[in-house]
Amino acid sequence: MKKNWWKIVAVALVAYTILGGFLFDVPRRAILHESIRNVHFHVCMWFAMLFTMTAALVFGIRYLLKFRTEDDIYASEAMNISILFSALGVITGSVWAKFTWSEWPLLSLKGWWVDDVKLNGSAICMLVFLAYLVLRGAIDEEQKSARIAAVYSIFAYVIMIVLLLILPRLTDSLHPGNGGNPGFSQYDLDSRMRIVFYPAIIGWTLLGVWMMQLRVRIKKLERKTEL
Amino acid sequence: MKRILSFFAFLMIAFSSFAQEDGVEMADALRSNGKIYVVVTVLMVIFIGIVLYLVRIDRKLSKLESGQKK
Repeated sequence: MKKNWWKIVAVALVAYTILGGFLFDVPRRAILHESIRNVHFHVCMWFAMLFTMTAALVFGIRYLLKFRTEDDIYASEAMNISILFSALGVITGSVWAKFTWSEWPLLSLKGWWVDDVKLNGSAICMLVFLAYLVLRGAIDEEQKSARIAAVYSIFAYVIMIVLLLILPRLTDSLHPGNGGNPGFSQYDLDSRMRIVFYPAIIGWTLLGVWMMQLRVRIKKLERKTEL
Repeated sequence: MKRILSFFAFLMIAFSSFAQEDGVEMADALRSNGKIYVVVTVLMVIFIGIVLYLVRIDRKLSKLESGQKK
């Protein structure tokens, strides 16, 4: 139990996010209205993804330096959880965009995809991540597949930063913080939201790490029983 | 543990009230009627369910791992 304290912290923080995210006072903004509360959920998916993706990069590089299978297991499972977070981020972003940016009526079936660099970039980023799994599955030889996957994850990390953080800032985007739009940090994300938002990032990330750890342990067990 | 507690203490200190921007429609009625608590409760039930599921997988894995070592 002593080793698992961080899992309790993860659950407590996400529970606090759900409570605080819905019940605490938020800034009043036109267009956004109550949907500003999505910051505690949608944005946190992306922050958690950035952390797990960085973990994938670090373990990938470590594998390339030492060629230990354990590092490869960690790297691939960190990649898996990054894919989950990015998929959730894209889907929740699409929903949020429909009800704030889209010109279609609310009940219309259209308008689920607003043509915006941030949305397109995040979708391409998700495809780049998915290609990692395809690449791994395509090579039978274990060490070769691990090595190529580790090299690919470095490329995927750089592409992710370009697609999500650089390109949207260079052109017009409706997304807060991009294309000359003020980010939530400037005035929307005031201290009332920060007391939920920062714990939320830590909570979601730790929850992701827990899920990642479960899959790592399954993989290790599988390897042991195979041998 | 102390560090974590003091971290949250600081977060709470950061909490301060701001002047409200008037004229923007918010779900005040929903909150005053207390109905938002229903949504929060439902969400919490779902979240607790998912967490219990994760805990069960975790326990099962620990059992399998301890069986492997013997």
